[in-house]
Amino acid sequence: MDFGTFLVQCLNSVQYGLLLFLVASGLTLIFGIMGVINLAHGSFYMIGAYMAFALAPLFGDQFLLMLVAGVVLAAVFGYLLEWAFFSYLYQRDHLQQVLMTYGLILVFEELRSILVGNDVHGVKVPAWLDGSFALGNVMSYPWYRLFASAACIVLAAGLYWVVNRTRLGMMIRAGASNRDMVRGLGIDVKRLYRIVFAAGVALAALAGMIAAPMSSVYPNMGASVLIICFVLVVIGGIGSITGALLASLLVGFVDTFGKVFFADLAGIGIYLLMAIVLIWKPEGLMGRRP
Amino acid sequence: MTEATTSMRSTASTRLGALAVPVACAIAIAVLGPLMGNYVSDFVVKVMILSIFALSLELLVGMTGLVSLGHAAFYGIGAYVTVLASGSEGGNLALLLPAAMGAAALYALFVGALSLRTRGVYFIMVTLAFAQMAFFVFHDTKVGGGSDGIYMYVRPAIGKLDLENRMVLFYVVLASLVFTYGLLALVRRSRFGAALAGIRVNEQRMRAAGFPVYGYKLAAFVLAGALAGLAGFLLASRDGVVNPELMAWHNSGEVLLMVILGGLGHLRGAVIGAIAFTLLKEIFSTHAVMGPLADHWQLTLGIAIIVFVALLPKGLIGLAKRLSPKEAA
Repeated sequence: MDFGTFLVQCLNSVQYGLLLFLVASGLTLIFGIMGVINLAHGSFYMIGAYMAFALAPLFGDQFLLMLVAGVVLAAVFGYLLEWAFFSYLYQRDHLQQVLMTYGLILVFEELRSILVGNDVHGVKVPAWLDGSFALGNVMSYPWYRLFASAACIVLAAGLYWVVNRTRLGMMIRAGASNRDMVRGLGIDVKRLYRIVFAAGVALAALAGMIAAPMSSVYPNMGASVLIICFVLVVIGGIGSITGALLASLLVGFVDTFGKVFFADLAGIGIYLLMAIVLIWKPEGLMGRRP
Repeated sequence: MTEATTSMRSTASTRLGALAVPVACAIAIAVLGPLMGNYVSDFVVKVMILSIFALSLELLVGMTGLVSLGHAAFYGIGAYVTVLASGSEGGNLALLLPAAMGAAALYALFVGALSLRTRGVYFIMVTLAFAQMAFFVFHDTKVGGGSDGIYMYVRPAIGKLDLENRMVLFYVVLASLVFTYGLLALVRRSRFGAALAGIRVNEQRMRAAGFPVYGYKLAAFVLAGALAGLAGFLLASRDGVVNPELMAWHNSGEVLLMVILGGLGHLRGAVIGAIAFTLLKEIFSTHAVMGPLADHWQLTLGIAIIVFVALLPKGLIGLAKRLSPKEAA
């Protein structure tokens, strides 16, 4: 492998890792704060990707505008879903949450099949992001992938800022550690949860929309991303955002380079990584010992 | 008569009572077997195999309190090993069965040893991820024919006991179900089963009492894996074909649902759940009953799952108890 290819693969790894982090952060937000294990989180990613497929022709080159519209739609959807369904799951044990959100996946998958069918679709890269950035004759890299990485970095930084530096973030963190205390302080916990859930859905859908022009839009994409997210939550450690970021990048590298070196066995690379981490540190890289 | 003997008699009679219904059911199935048409007997065989699969998970979820969402991996490995080891001339049943169960147990030892280092939600995620790993090994490599799977040329046999024969298969599956049920009923009453129940209720206390909790859980995990491998062996012998979908996480979700649907904490529950779930799926995908909705059975099944879990947190057994006047009084 020459240096240029190596560099390209590194950029791909980082880009993939950041995208995974975006999905996983929504999953952790919902689990960390509301204690709901949500198997349907991958479906929100899938819904985002299909939304990009449906909206892209309407918006043409107004790609950013499309992302904003998609995020708003996804957030409204998340808000309604929390009101109609998830708000009833908080009091249930994990086993029941697993089964009910599993039922929800079946519903989403079948609705997708009824509405859009089971074909694989492509989404066009907007004209202004088409083409590649060339670094002399060492390598060239698609503008769109650079844009995707940049967008994920901005979002991750924004998320960090909201959670750690704003009043809403303070309420979220307080709500995660002591729900009753927050309610006692006169904060509307129900509304807070609804907002956090909507944000989690929006993040996953946004990741799906950003991913759509790079990977095609296909059935089952939700399940595969969900399981990878589980792997990186296990690797990163319980309740650690830094751990999740580190794990996302690690998984991005292992998966991307696995595909280059061991095409046949690429699928199991990240699971081997998970096995090694479990042997070495069962609580995850950054997790607290239970 | 002393009080002690009375109580001994009453426990003995409830023990007999608890086993009377399952034994009667097994005898009824054995007697009715030859009278069933092809469709019915195929359906019964399918349900019995799924019952074994569900019982093996009940050992983990109901008896030990370990929610595994990757149980299909062991089922799939049992099935794959059966087909791979049978070769083109067909294999010896007496060798294939232990091979299938052994391979599943071995993978369960690996997965259990690692995943039991975590707990709760993380255990759910890790077991799912390891099942997915097994899925990818068979899906992405040529070991088992890739995503298309592989066919079995000749079904396992030993002497006259040839699984190619429909009735032989029927009785072998029935015997396996009786064996699994009986084994788990014994486990429940053993010291080992009591320890597992203790771990389910309060793991900390069991550890403080000096029980090697990790070892007990691992033993339960390996036994459950081996029994899932038995179900996989029977499935491969019935279908004569395997594909990676057997290990897909939908299958793990379905078997978990069977256990919950029937009622956690009862062996009967797993069997009732397997029957109810298979019937439900059959009804939802039958055009004569559902009309055009039958093409979208995943949708109706998904909604049914949500409704069932919402309304029947204790499963069908819980429903029966709620309806019986004895419990209400």
